[in-house]
Order: sequence, then structure tokens, then C-alpha cells
Amino acid sequence: MAVTSKYFSGAEKPHETQHEEEDDPRQYLMYDPKPRGEMNQMVMESMTTTSWKFWVVFGILSVLVATCFFYAWGYMISEGLWVAGVMRPSYWGIFLVNTVFWIGISHAGTFISAILRVFKAEFRRPFTRAAELMTTFGLIQAGASIFMHLGRVWLAYWLFPIPNERQLWPNFHSPLMWDLLAITTYVLGSTMYLFLPLIPDLAMARDRSTGWRKIFYRVLALGFRGTEGEWRHLQTAMNFFAFAIIPVMFSVHTIVSWDFAMAMRPGWSSTVFGPYFVLGALHSGMGAVAIVLFVMRYTMKHMDYFIRKEHFDALGKLMLIVTFAYSYFFFNDYIVQWYGGDKWTDILLHWLEAGPMAWMFYQLILFNIVIPPLTLWNKKIRQTPWMLALIGLIINVGMYWERYLIIPVMLTINRMPFTWKLYEPRIEVFLTIGTFSMFLLFYMIASRLIPLIPVWEVQEGQMTHTLRKVGKTHVPTVSEFE
Amino acid sequence: MMTIDLNRIGAKGAIAEEAEGKWGMVIDQDICTGCQACVAACAMENNISFVGEEDAGYGRTQHWIRIERFWEGEYPEVKATAFQPMLCQQCGHAPCEPVCPVFATPHSSAEQINLQVYNRCVGTRYCANNCPYQVRSFNWRDYHTQPFLANEVNGKLVFTLHNQFNPDVTVRRRGVMEKCTFCIQRIHQAQDKAKSEGREVEDGEFTTACAQACPANAITFGRLDHHESLVSQLAHQDRGVKHLEELNTLPRVTYLKEG
Repeated sequence: MAVTSKYFSGAEKPHETQHEEEDDPRQYLMYDPKPRGEMNQMVMESMTTTSWKFWVVFGILSVLVATCFFYAWGYMISEGLWVAGVMRPSYWGIFLVNTVFWIGISHAGTFISAILRVFKAEFRRPFTRAAELMTTFGLIQAGASIFMHLGRVWLAYWLFPIPNERQLWPNFHSPLMWDLLAITTYVLGSTMYLFLPLIPDLAMARDRSTGWRKIFYRVLALGFRGTEGEWRHLQTAMNFFAFAIIPVMFSVHTIVSWDFAMAMRPGWSSTVFGPYFVLGALHSGMGAVAIVLFVMRYTMKHMDYFIRKEHFDALGKLMLIVTFAYSYFFFNDYIVQWYGGDKWTDILLHWLEAGPMAWMFYQLILFNIVIPPLTLWNKKIRQTPWMLALIGLIINVGMYWERYLIIPVMLTINRMPFTWKLYEPRIEVFLTIGTFSMFLLFYMIASRLIPLIPVWEVQEGQMTHTLRKVGKTHVPTVSEFE
Repeated sequence: MMTIDLNRIGAKGAIAEEAEGKWGMVIDQDICTGCQACVAACAMENNISFVGEEDAGYGRTQHWIRIERFWEGEYPEVKATAFQPMLCQQCGHAPCEPVCPVFATPHSSAEQINLQVYNRCVGTRYCANNCPYQVRSFNWRDYHTQPFLANEVNGKLVFTLHNQFNPDVTVRRRGVMEKCTFCIQRIHQAQDKAKSEGREVEDGEFTTACAQACPANAITFGRLDHHESLVSQLAHQDRGVKHLEELNTLPRVTYLKEG
């Protein structure tokens, strides 16, 4: 890798800086390379530099996980599901809301790392890993939420097709069964897809650490030395997984939506639920990536070099597109159902727009459909990290409301008016806090253990991007790898 | 009139079994007084838990049959409509059956009713969500051993209901779904008795607990596929309606109501 900063010495001439700052190509990570050793050192430092604030947050989250996740769940297992708020007719409550929400969050990781990798979108390079981690950790929370929801969780292994002496098999007609298989596939696939691009970085970390870290990285790096053959094999494997995981990603959320769409309930049996849920997942996932990037940039060392305005800008554009696509499916779902004129659907829609949970319905429209397009068109807003993170947070609140409306609130209305009753969450609130804390805790631990920036990907990108001197100006050029 | 056998032409999923079914029930809403005797009798016959005031108020009653009351009109001019006893309709095409991931809700081919296998159920509660009649009840906790539902006698907790458990019916533990079984234990008892005597089960020889307890004789139980049986004749009256028939669930319970 012969790229050094010598190409850019010319860019510091006074007549060049008179240009508008926006035209300076060095504001882009790809045209602002650092020597390889220095960049590796920066990433190592970002992992090993830990301030007291980290440990304070870490302690708070650990306590929350211990109490709100493990204690609350144990209490619920020992007492029974009556400590939760589920009842007739809302047999499914926040647990399933959390499941759908976390699977939604997990979608952005695959989308960013697989789809953008396949389409060679260069802005993805510094944050593919951060997004992939969201996939894995989000799916852990989704799985935990499903098991929390079971009446007899200690028998959950009956859901798996394990050979047994009675030859009892799970029911493959059940959408829950499809769900389980899809999520298991997705967990395995996305974890492998997280691990493969991590190997070169682990090897880099192995060569630059001592003590227990050295042992840790040596085990995980699988003896990667960076030879030509190893790179070729790795690229082949990553290519394979990048293409294979895209259909899995789309199918998982479609299948999650089938849990609802296959049921015979007003509001649920909607044929557009598949794409609607996929877009909803991307919508919340992109928002979550914005939050993660913001937190990374401002809490970890050297991250302002890797995560720049251009990345927030690109992510903002992506969020804007996803918002439009989501809005299309949102109106498609609600308006087509309304147009159908089914008696129970009419009652349900009236209940949503004028019932006690109407505030949630209007917030959902405001947060998911109105605010993002009104703000994200503006380049200044897109390039301001805290504003983008705030919009991401708003979108995520809106998406949580969306799932809350679809599950417990829509379940209130069924074809037996005698049973109508509004769901009130009880212990679910603590368990929700528990899953969120656990996700953040995992993320914090991961940020200390594995390089959150895929260094080799950034370096690879910087090798292909160069500024060529043409006459008196420097022209950014990109060459194709492979 | 020519009829097409859907099973023969390959549309097997369309109508899996005869629409009329085997065991069935007729409930006459015109003579139901709403006295809830059927609810009490069902609870005693089938070991249904008493859940206490708070849980019942929150929608966690366990009753397999409930009396629904509705009102018509706006506030000053309210008119009560006929009482509507609602129980599992033992659908021929039950929406609850295919959604169970562990086969805890199979369809009985012998009795042609929906079964609930308590010791197979893991409590996903999908069946209850998918039941358009909302007649499945979930064991939110072990109500039969809850201290707050017991009487305290001389400093000792006495679970009075334990003394009247029906030995023919399982006491369900928490975390499983349950529902009306058309008193399948009674069906089997009558069948065994008839078999030992070398005859068929006669119409009216036995009945379900709810039908037995009904003081107005509003509930009739029997064979729907025997056209001379009382229940079959009642079900084919002009005033017979089936609930949510448009969903093609093929319910086995017919409601009689003045047109």
C-alpha cells in the first residue's frame, strides 16, 4: 500500500483554500488517508482508551440488566404470566412488540453492510461493523423477547425439530414455526457475516496487543496472516455471504409480518404486511444507525476521523428514501383496509383514530412520515450529527408506537365485542428496559473488545480513491478493485 | 341435484370434513334467561379455576362458556338484547388449529372436535389470538394453589375447591391454554357404556354439563349427523344461525333466535 499523504501537499496552497470548504475533497474520508500504522494505532486506542464515564454507564446498565432483565424475567417465570399485562383479548403484548422492534433494528445492519457492499456504496466503509453488530445484538434481544412471551418457557425446545422418542414434530403449518426457523437462520447467517470481515481486523489487533487481549485476538483471528490466498478466500466467503444474506434479510421480516398477516383478525390479515414490515424495519434500523454513529463519534477516541459529516449526510439521504418508501406502504396498508369496508376493520380503524390510543396513532404519523421528510431534505440538518441522531430517535419512537398499535392495540378489537378490553403493560415495562439495557451493554462491551471500525475496509477504500493532479486542480478519481 | 365431492376433485383443503360434523349443540337464545347456571356447572365439571375478583375484572376469567350481554340503542332508551352464551364452537375449519407451532391444538377425527393437549402446550397463545370467537382461556397462574383464593381455617389454608375436583378431567397448570371440550369425558363414558352393552349411544342418553344444568332447557347437545336426533332437528330450524359463518369456520354450535 503505497498511499501516503504526499499527494495532498499541493492542496494546501493558499489559492486552493480560497475555494469553498465544501469543495475540499479532503473532507471525505476516502480522500484523506492516513498512514496504515497510524490508522491501526488509532483504532487500537479507540478500543483501549476507557474513561471513568464509560464505567459509570457500564455500571448503571449492568444493574439495569441484572434487575430489569434477569430478575424480572426470573420473577415472571417463577410467578407465571399473570405479572405481565397480557389478557383476553390482547394475548400478545409488549414482548412481541419488542421482538418485532429488535428484528427491525437488526435489519439495518444487514442492509448497510450487505446491500451497500454489493452495490459498492463507498460511504458504508467506516460503519459496516457498527451496523452489523446491531444485527447480532438486536436479534439476541428479539429472541429473548420471544422466549419471555412463552407461557412455559422451560419447554421452548419443543419448538425445535429435535428428534424424540414419540416422533412429535413441530407444526410446519404454523407461522410461528416459520418465524423461528427464519430468525435462527438469520442469527447464524448474520453472525457469520459479522465475523468474516472481522478476521483481518482481529489479526491486526493481535499483532498490536499484549496480555489477555493478545490471546483473545489470536484465538479469534484464526491465524490470519494476510497472505494473498487468505485474502482471496476471505473475499470469496464475504461475497457469498453478502449475496446470500440479502434474501434472508427480506424474508425474515416478511415472515415476522406473517405472524400477523396469516391470522384471521381485523387489521392483521393484510396482504401488504410483508413489504410494509420490511420497510418499517429499515426505517427504524436506519434511525438506530444514526444514533449509534452519533454516540460512537462523540464517545470514542479518534472516531471523528472515521465518521464524518459525509457519512451522516449519506445516511440522512438513505433515511429520506426509506421514509418515502415506508410512507407509501403505510398508506397502502391503512387506506386499502379502510377501502375494503369490512365492518370489523372499520370499527378497528375508528378505534385507532379516535380511541384512547389515538395519540399514539397520530404520533406515529408525525414521527415516521411527517418529521423525517420535513427535516432531512436540508443538507445542514443531515450533516449535523446530533440532529440526525435526534431524527433517528424520533423515528424509532414512532416505529415502536407502530408495532405497539399493531399488536396489543389492534388485538383489542376482535369479532366478539363482549371481550374488548384495552391492554395495560405491567412487568413488560421493566423487561423492555432490560432488553434495551442489555443491547447497549453488549454494544459497550463489544466496543472495548473488537474494532468497531473495519480498518482494512477503510484502507482498501482509500487505496482505490486518489486525487490526481490535472493542470492546476486535483481531481478525485476512483479505481475499481478486483 | 348433483353434488361435487371436493375431496375427490382434489380440493381437499377446501372442505376437510362434512360441514355438519358429528357432535353439536343448539342454544336457544329466546329462552335463555342468562342465569349463568351453565357457567357454574361447566366450571365444576371441568375443574375450571376460580380466578378472583381482580383477575376476572382484568379479562382473565377461565370460563369455557360465558354469557354475553349486549345493549341496543343510546343511553336513555337502552334495550337489552337476548343473552348470548358463547363457548368453543368446535369449528370444522378451526383457525386455532394450524397456528400452533407444537401441535397442541389438533383436530379429533373420531369426535370431530378441536382438542387441546395441555401437556404439549408451550403457551404461545397464538390459537387464542386467532380464535374469532375468543373462547380460549389461558392459565395465567396456578389459580388452584393461590393462597389468596383459599379460606383460612384455624391458621391453615383450606382450598375448598380441591374437594370437588372432577377426577376425569385434568387440573391444568399455569402457562397452558384451555377451552371447551364438549365434555369429552362424558362422551367417552357414554360410548364405553354403550359399547359394553353392545349398542349405539342413544340420543339424549347423556349431555354436557352446561346443557344438564340449564333450567330453561335452552342448551341441547347431541349428534348432528343423526338426522332424527333432537339437536339435529333443532339446528335445521329456520331460526337457526351460526356465528361468524362468513369466516368459513364451520361452527358446530347453532344459535336459535327469533328472526
